[in-house]
Amino acid sequence: MTPVSRSAAQLRDDTAAGGLSPSGTVKAAIARAREVGAGPERLNIFAWSNDDDAREHAANCLDQMSDTTPGLLLGVPVAIKDNIATLTLPTTCGSHILDGYVSPYEATVVRKLREAGAIPFGKTNMDEFAMGSSTEHSAYGPTRNPLAPDRVPGGSSGGSAAAVAAGIVPVALGSETGGSVRQPASFCGVVGVKPTYGRVSRFGLVAFASSLDNVGVVGATVDDAARGLHVIAGHDRLDSTSADLPVPVYHEAAAGSVKGMVIGKPKEYFPETLDPRIRARCDEALERLKALGAVVRDVSLPNTAMAIPVYYIVAPAEASSNLARFDGVRYGLRIEGDGLRGMYEATRSQGFGPEVTRRILLGTYVLSAGYYDAYYRKAQQVRTLIAADFGRVFASGVDLLFTPTTPTTAFRIGAISDPYEMYMSDIFTVTANLAGIPAMSQPIGLVDGLPVGGQFMAAHFDEMKMFAAAYALERAQAAQGRA
Amino acid sequence: MSNAELDAISADWEMVVGLEVHVQLKTRTKAFCSCSIEFGAPPNRNTCPVCLALPGALPVLNAHAVELATRTSLALNCTVQPVSVFARKNYFYPDLPKGYQISQFDKPLATGGWLEIGARADGSPIRIGVTRVHMEEDAGKSIHDRYTGVSAIDLNRSGTPLVEIVSEPDMRSSEQAGAYLRVLKQILEYIDVSDVSMEEGSLRVDANVSARRRGETTLGTKAEVKNMNSFFGVERALEVEFIRQVGVLKAGGTVQQQTMLWDATRNEVRPSRAKEGSHDYRYFPEPDLPPLVLATDWIEKMRHDMPELPAQRRTRFAKDYGLNEYGVDVLTANPRLAEYYEAVARASGDPKASANWVMGEVLAQLKHTGDTIETFRVRPADVAELLGLMRDGIVTQSAAKKIFIQMIATGDRPAQIAERDGLVKVDDDAQLVAWIDEVLAEMPAEAQRFRDGEKRLQGVLVGAVMKKSKGRADPKQLNQLLAGRFTV
Amino acid sequence: MSISIDDVRHIAALARLGLTDARAASLVGELSTILGHMDVLSTLDTRGVQPAIGVGARGLPTRWDSGPPIPLERSLDAFAPSLREGLLLVPRLSSHESVEEG
Ligand SMILES: [Mg+2]
Ligand SMILES: [Zn+2]
Repeated sequence: MTPVSRSAAQLRDDTAAGGLSPSGTVKAAIARAREVGAGPERLNIFAWSNDDDAREHAANCLDQMSDTTPGLLLGVPVAIKDNIATLTLPTTCGSHILDGYVSPYEATVVRKLREAGAIPFGKTNMDEFAMGSSTEHSAYGPTRNPLAPDRVPGGSSGGSAAAVAAGIVPVALGSETGGSVRQPASFCGVVGVKPTYGRVSRFGLVAFASSLDNVGVVGATVDDAARGLHVIAGHDRLDSTSADLPVPVYHEAAAGSVKGMVIGKPKEYFPETLDPRIRARCDEALERLKALGAVVRDVSLPNTAMAIPVYYIVAPAEASSNLARFDGVRYGLRIEGDGLRGMYEATRSQGFGPEVTRRILLGTYVLSAGYYDAYYRKAQQVRTLIAADFGRVFASGVDLLFTPTTPTTAFRIGAISDPYEMYMSDIFTVTANLAGIPAMSQPIGLVDGLPVGGQFMAAHFDEMKMFAAAYALERAQAAQGRA
Repeated sequence: MSNAELDAISADWEMVVGLEVHVQLKTRTKAFCSCSIEFGAPPNRNTCPVCLALPGALPVLNAHAVELATRTSLALNCTVQPVSVFARKNYFYPDLPKGYQISQFDKPLATGGWLEIGARADGSPIRIGVTRVHMEEDAGKSIHDRYTGVSAIDLNRSGTPLVEIVSEPDMRSSEQAGAYLRVLKQILEYIDVSDVSMEEGSLRVDANVSARRRGETTLGTKAEVKNMNSFFGVERALEVEFIRQVGVLKAGGTVQQQTMLWDATRNEVRPSRAKEGSHDYRYFPEPDLPPLVLATDWIEKMRHDMPELPAQRRTRFAKDYGLNEYGVDVLTANPRLAEYYEAVARASGDPKASANWVMGEVLAQLKHTGDTIETFRVRPADVAELLGLMRDGIVTQSAAKKIFIQMIATGDRPAQIAERDGLVKVDDDAQLVAWIDEVLAEMPAEAQRFRDGEKRLQGVLVGAVMKKSKGRADPKQLNQLLAGRFTV
Repeated sequence: MSISIDDVRHIAALARLGLTDARAASLVGELSTILGHMDVLSTLDTRGVQPAIGVGARGLPTRWDSGPPIPLERSLDAFAPSLREGLLLVPRLSSHESVEEG
């Protein structure tokens, strides 16, 4: 089997033991990318990739490690979403407005990856500025789902999910604002983790909505994701919202179990309208968890229905401000027009795609004089209620929540044109971002040959519990598969 | 604009003024990044991912900026809030890299303060309310006249920490506005939070002014006047705008709420070309910075560590050093001068003589050399030593002045100079009489007339002897000896 | 809550986004539809509810007043669209506008 279909743990151990050279691993990853057609002609997984750059990183990865003990990701190729600042490849957020922009500084998470011995492998394609749920809205064209190339990989971290699903890399970095890691992970049949807000530094993650943004991890398996998260997690003085708390060794949760865990099943996530086949996959997963000794309890998160309206006020509002810096003055695209205002308007209207424009306008509107209280303030109040729902449930002795990750499986490219219908595909994921709690998606079966994702949600900084359950469920499914 | 015109309308009309003052804080680095704020670096040299607003960069607050802003708030008698919130003020401008200014909006650092700008005829103090003090960051510099057809942007200043100090509309004349600014500047100098130089832009003033008939209690529509670059300019601009508004109101018109720009060269105000509704700043809480939480005991420590304020020092100088009001005003005007005087007074043990010498000789020499007291070469201890030499009769007043000049020129100690330049006082009668006789011989006519009783010639003769003595003789002693020469 | 063509023009101006008449017209519908879905929020009683700010934060961390700044691996001339003598150039604006915006 090719090195890249090995897990992060295998790659690291074999590299550390000298049985595998980072250059060899990268060579195999490049070959695999060709084999699956990762390029623009087919899957279009990468916004920016450069074989020499990957080889370069491979050559350096041994001595780039911060200390002499082999790093947790030594020799592991890791794809990085195009909105995370890297020094050697461009960072363009899938947008024309950053055409060819190469960051003069490095994101904290990328530094941590390199110090753990990982090999940065290409910048993955994404919906422009992470605004989308299908990776159709990139200046560099849509990414296709490796499992069903006529379908979307989900988004906005579609390129990262596809890179892992296609077996090019075992781990990829994505970003989450409303489900942009979990939803594509679900569509591509891989594992996607959104950590607690503040768990991972945002320094170097190009901001979409600062109070909702997280760097997340896509992994081929729960273990790949756990190791990836362990490497990038931790306090960072450069991010004032980063939490100064010790980082558990997440992959040690593999030794844990769900025995006696109380797993809440929130009824709002299982509406009558839910696709019965997706409901069935979730019930099977819950049965497995019960069989492992977990207690499943029906719970309610009454304000869930408010999540999408709240999200689509708060996120665009913050985005309208965060994207003001793209003005053609200091970096990126600049198109001259009539005077200063003309330059601004030409640069921004030609640099941003339609969805980004729409959200900037929406955000500008809800913040503008006379509308702030009715929209932005109101939404932030309801956001408090949504967070309180979770607080109440977790305080009542519930350890984890289990839900479907998405209401549908991967849809056909171009199938959804109405913006709001597209927004609804985040309905089960945005709540975790609004509350700042950790959540993850993992494969729990198929519908019509397409993967279905099941989601665990936990209380703030309770990632270990979440991973313990995810490992257990994954093992049970594998056992079932073998039987 | 004539003062007569102002006086004429001031009989029936009242000026109402509130001031917004932006002050650059004296930190080493910027408010939200570690770039230096020192002046005069090459364009855009003091920049980093944060203050260039590069994609993905995040702000981290400078602790010292919080200390200086808190000290400022306490010195202005404000209540420092245990929780304050940074907010984004959104507008596009090339010298505002992020497209928003990090400021504070509905939850500022401090509120509800005041300062005193003098006393009314009846002796009651005139208090001006301070509505709020909040922290924010400065923008970069736009240079419009350097190249043709383009403006040039230098972001070295971008992110410099500021406090904005907003007053209540409590001022009733341009003089009061000027007094408020001078008192405020002096306080900020005393607590050492800023260079407070309007010329260098470390202190900037926007004025809100409205006019109303005397006796009216409701406020008229205000205009905001900007672009003044001196306290004098602020006072003139207020007068010109007040006269303009009264003219409008007298003609039955209404004052527009708008921004006026002061043109110092033309002595006129001009409406800015801001379009209607162009000031929708869309403030919202800065999501990259959690609320600023200040512990009560930390705030109390800041209050306890507060340097002496001008009012306190004035009272203390009057009491401890027995200075009159004029002396107190002169010696406390500037904190560095006050410290210099106090050092001389302590070292010499003679506050009166110290005050006279510092207000007289020191200030005269500063004016003469253009030095500031900070850069003045002569150390207080040496001035005290010089005063000692005078007190002990080792040098005369006029010799002391010569010595002081030498101290400035050479940096040498006064005793040395007195010795070296032979300026030690001569009180040996024989020597003095010898000089007197030389003078009488050189000026026989004057000598004769003096002998015949023309007493006013005594001064001339003594002066001539003083000259011979190179200032080393004591005039009193000479008078006696001179009289002695004619009593047989 | 529906939004007018003037609203669209106003917010587009605030956001410095140039819009063709056709695009502006279609945005009236798009934005009104989206905002329509937001009206459900007004049915919720949020009196006395604190707006969510500083998600999960325990106060604001600060840094010492000292350097060095985060280094730039490449300087402005590597990425600035228009630079002369170290200064960033933009289309000429009158000094009035500079005062007007502050
Ligand atoms: Mg201000
Ligand atoms: Zn900086």
